[in-house]
Formats: sequence, structure tokens, C-alpha cells
Amino acid sequence: MALPSYTETRYRIWHYFYIAVCTFVFFFLIAPLFVIFPLSFNAEEFLVFSEGMKKLDPDAFSFRWYHEMVYGTKNPWGLAAKNSFIIAIFATIGSIILGTLAALGLSSRHMPYKGLIMAVLISPMIVPLIISGVAIFFFMAKVGLAATHTGIVMAHIILGTPFVVITVTATLSGFDHSVTRAASSLGSNPVNTFMKITLPLILPGVISGGLFAFVTSFDEVVVVLFLAGLENTTIPVQMWTGLREQLSPTILAVATCLIVLSTLILVTAELLRRRSERLRGINR
Amino acid sequence: MSSETKQILTTDGIPLEVSLKKAEKKNKIKAFLLVAPLLLFLFITYVFPIGEMFTRSVDDKMITNMLPKTFKAMEKWDGKELPSEEVFASFYSDYKILIENQTQGKLGQRLNKEKNGFNSITKKLMRQIKRNKIDESQSIKEQIMKTHKRWANVEYWQAIKRTAPPYTMAKYLKGMDMYFAADGSIAQVDEDRRIHRILWLRTLEIALFVTIFCFLMGYPIAHLLATLPMKYSNLLMICVLLPFWTSLLVRTASWMILLQTQGVVNDFFVMIGLVADNNRPEMMYNKVGTYVAMTQILLPFMVLPLYSVMKTISPSLMRAGKSLGGTPFIAFWKVYFPLTIPGIGAGCLLVFILAIGYYITPALVGGASGTLISNQIAYHMKTTLDWSFASAMGLMLLSGVLVIYWIYNKLVGVDNIKLG
Repeated sequence: MALPSYTETRYRIWHYFYIAVCTFVFFFLIAPLFVIFPLSFNAEEFLVFSEGMKKLDPDAFSFRWYHEMVYGTKNPWGLAAKNSFIIAIFATIGSIILGTLAALGLSSRHMPYKGLIMAVLISPMIVPLIISGVAIFFFMAKVGLAATHTGIVMAHIILGTPFVVITVTATLSGFDHSVTRAASSLGSNPVNTFMKITLPLILPGVISGGLFAFVTSFDEVVVVLFLAGLENTTIPVQMWTGLREQLSPTILAVATCLIVLSTLILVTAELLRRRSERLRGINR
Repeated sequence: MSSETKQILTTDGIPLEVSLKKAEKKNKIKAFLLVAPLLLFLFITYVFPIGEMFTRSVDDKMITNMLPKTFKAMEKWDGKELPSEEVFASFYSDYKILIENQTQGKLGQRLNKEKNGFNSITKKLMRQIKRNKIDESQSIKEQIMKTHKRWANVEYWQAIKRTAPPYTMAKYLKGMDMYFAADGSIAQVDEDRRIHRILWLRTLEIALFVTIFCFLMGYPIAHLLATLPMKYSNLLMICVLLPFWTSLLVRTASWMILLQTQGVVNDFFVMIGLVADNNRPEMMYNKVGTYVAMTQILLPFMVLPLYSVMKTISPSLMRAGKSLGGTPFIAFWKVYFPLTIPGIGAGCLLVFILAIGYYITPALVGGASGTLISNQIAYHMKTTLDWSFASAMGLMLLSGVLVIYWIYNKLVGVDNIKLG
């Protein structure tokens, strides 16, 4: 962003002010995440930088809390991680199936009441989680699914489908329907057309929607707090209890692992988005 | 030629119009069947349960079912003076059945909420009945009034009569710090006990200011991202997207570390000499913590819609504005800014909707003065177990959110929500 040499002084000042503000905001967005890394290697039990850490003394750093996270006695993280992955994977599969089907229907130009139905399907994303949590809890308690994995998976399908619907509908908006008509005219049945033609083309959208659904489920705590019993604890629930009750650096070790995971997901999502745009011929 | 021959026929002899309509209808059904599984699933597990919250919030059948004869006898009572012998007798026989079923305690508790002092007098009456002190052959009215003088106070009978309808709006009034007074009119609670109104106002205030902060911080960086060359903006975009994809609890945890009294932010303030080491300001467990953490967490939701709108604005428009004699400020204000208004609307509404229902972050960094209405709902769901009150508050919040959602849908359209 070099300024042309004829720029007046006041615009020059304004421009540097603008750059400074942007730098501050980017720093504000990203810096908090980086505080967690060094502190998770703290050799002491407190969540503050010790004197040794400030002097970069190697003895002040250790893998103690990572060790504690994996091998600690009576530690809940193993069970929580297992539950989190199981629940998130099933919730993602459910969201993808229901969401993709719905998006296919919604993208058809014959769909009646499109706006209204779309508003209903997206609503779980908009309605405050606490209200969703209360409503879903009442339902699950009535049908006897409270404190079961099935109940939590169903709840997360509710919360995850809007993301799949949005991303797949967006992918389908640039979709050339003549290719499916070509397939039909060449004698393919609808299922075959979907599997061989439509699905490969919309796959980037489906997967990125699935990633959103996965992250939503993996990160969701409000509804799980209402639904979960001791057996169904998940990573976010454990973090929530940890942050409220006994603040231990083990949480920071877990948080570091979660940041690494989210970086991986971010990279995947970004690559998929670019691939999808290439496939649909959108050049930006 | 007759009119019939003019009609275009398909190969199998059916008029084209009919055939087309049939195909259209078939396509409609096909499209709908694809949406049906999700729609059905959502209706059963989500939309109806939210509707059920309403029934639960106004439900007051418990007491109606407990005192059926009393309410029947009370129909004739004008509610001004002490009720007749018949009402007392019906109440006595209803209450006796409750004692036999051992559910009389619930009645006492419920009536106590309506008027203080019921719990003790119902218990006293129960002991008298259990000891067979009440002689059914004599006036029951006299005997009940003898157990405690409050039974002779007409206000207590008015309170029972008020509980007669199977539905009540009392929980909604309570959510706005109001209640039904003894004569059935709506009254305000004492000024020092209006906790809910403070919470509603605080929720609105925090949501509003978080939206403003997000806008003030999000607009410049969205502009920078949209105007920088691709290779730089992609890198900077990661700064926006990484927090967006990172667990909410991780981000809240990092703010707890930063903002604590011995935390990094305070260390920095001490280092540059802004505050004294022994006088570190409290930045967590109050409003400051809620503001800072929520702004950072919701900022990506402001930047992404703004960015996607700004990306479509051609840079030549600004150049044209300048070449027509506008200063950069005027060109920006008259040309660029109006074009970004759709993005501003989308971003602000989205952030406001999300902020107004926030729960986790205020609960962890908000302390007592930084908690929102959601925290109160959770408190009643988990601690006081007053589920009907939690439902009522939830629905009051929901109606507000739905109004904004409706505006959002009108202005932006839900199918225009952009993710990532």
C-alpha cells in the first residue's frame, strides 16, 4: 500500500493511522490465541507467566501438563475426547445427509415456499443456544434420550444442519443443471446421476459444510450441559467445568491441541473453498 | 377451425398445458420430498419443543387439579367477604384427599408463592386433620378458622381463588418484575428488587455496544482485506478465520489468562507505567471482561459479511469520485460507504443476534455485573428448577430475536448468509 508521492500530508497521516488501527485489530484478533502456547509449557501450577519463563529459563518450561493430560490419574480427558469424537462424527454424518438432501430440494426452482422453509431450516443457527438447549432438553427428557449419546448426537444434528444447508445451497447456486439433464437424456437413472454427476461437483461444498457441522458439534457446550450425564462428558464440558472450578494448566495443554486441530480444519476448509470455486469457474 | 383443434397436444393426445402442469406438480412434490426429512426432523425435535415451552410457561394446572371441589364451590363466591361454609367444606375435603395421597406439601409451597404465610397454616391444618381434631358433623368453617387466625383473613382465600384458572401469565410478569396484586391488578415489585429489568437492559446494552465495537474494528480491516492484493489479503484473512474456527472455550480461556489481575494485559500496563503494580485494575468478572472477550469472539461475524460486500465494489468507483473533484474523504463518504451499507446491515444484525443470546463467555468472564439474560435462564433451569419461569424468560428473549431475524431475512435474506 505505497502512497503516491503527491499525497498531501494530512492524508498521509490519515493513511498511517488507518494502517495502525488495522494492525491493532489484527493483533487483537489473533494474539489471544498465542498466549496459550507458551503457558501450556509452564512448569508451575499457575496460569501466569512465572519469573523463570520471562527470563526464558529452560527449567521453567516442561511437558508436565501434556503428560498430565494423557496419563494423569482420574483424568477425564480420555473419556471426554472419545465421546467428543464419536458424537461429532455421527452428528456430522447425520447433518450431511439431511442437510444435503434439503439443499438439493431448496435449490430446485420448483420448490414451494422456499423463503419460509429456508428460514425454518436456518433457525437453529439464529435462535440463542440457551433456548435451543432448554427446548431440546424438554424433548429428550420426554422421549427418554436425555443423558445418552443418541440424544446428544440428535441435538447436534439440529445445530449442524443449517451450516450444511447454507454451504451446499451456495455451491448449487453456480451449478449448471444441463449436465444432470444430459446424464438423464443419456439414460442414467436419478440415483446414478446424483452419485456420478451431481455429488462429485458439489462435494467441496458438502465437505466444507460437514466441517462446519463437525466443529459446531465438537465445540458445542450449552446443549450438552443440559443433556449430558457423567458418562457423556465431552471436551468442551470438561473445559467449562475446569475453567469454572479448578483452573489447571492441563486445560491449556488441551486448548493448544484444539488450536492445532482448528488450524488443520481451517486449512482444509480453505483449500476446499478454492477448489470449489475453480470447479464452478468462479475466478476471483 | 374449431377452438379445440387449435389446442396444442402432446404425442399421447393430452393438451400440452395439462401435461406441463402435471410435470410441474410432480417436480414440486419431488423438491419438497427432498426437504421433507430434515423439515420433519426439525419440527419434531426442535420446533414443537419450543412451542411446548410456551405451554409449560403458562401452565398452572397443578393446583387446579388439586382443589377441584374448592374451585367449583368458589364460582359462586364474590371474592369480597369471607367465603361460605360450602367453600370451607369443599376445601377441607379436597385437602383431606391430598393428605391421603401425601401431596399436600406441594399445595402449601405453591400457595406460599401466591401469598406468604400459606405454608405454615396449611401444615397446621394438616396436623389437626391427622389427629382427627376436626369434627365433620359441626361447622367446618369455624373449626378451620380456629386452627389459625389467617384462615379468617379474606386475602388468603382471594389468593386461592386467583390460582383457579389453569393458565397464568404470572411467569411473564415476573420476568418483567411485575406481579398480580391481591385484587388481581398488575403491580410493580419494589424498586430494590427489580433484578430482571436490570438484566434485560444490560443484555441490550452489552449486545448494542459489542455490535458497535465490532463495527468500528471490523470495518477498517474488512476494507484493508478487500483492497489489498490477493497474496497479502489471503495471509491476513487467516487472522480472521483462525479465531472463527477455534473453540469458543479456548478463546474464552485465553481472555481469562490475559485479563486476570496477574495477567499479561495488567503486566503490560504496569510495564509502561499506566498503573501501579500494587493497584492493578480488575478487568475480569465484570462488564469490561464481557465486552472485550465478546467483541473479539464476534468480530469475525462482522468482518466476513463486510468483506464479501466490499470485494464486489470496483476500485475504479473511488478513482472516479476523486477525479470528479472529491477529496478522498468525500469520495469515500459519498461513493464507497453507501455501497457497503448492505454488508454493514448484515454484519450488525448477525453480531447483535448472536450477542443477545450469549451464555458461555459472560458466565465465565462476566462475574456478577457482566452476566446476561441467558445466564439467568440457565440459573433457573439448573439451580432453582423453576422450569416454567425459565421457559417464559426464554420465550421473551426468543420473541426479540425472531423480530431481528425477520428484519435480517427481509434485508439480507437467509440464503445470503456467507460462511468463511
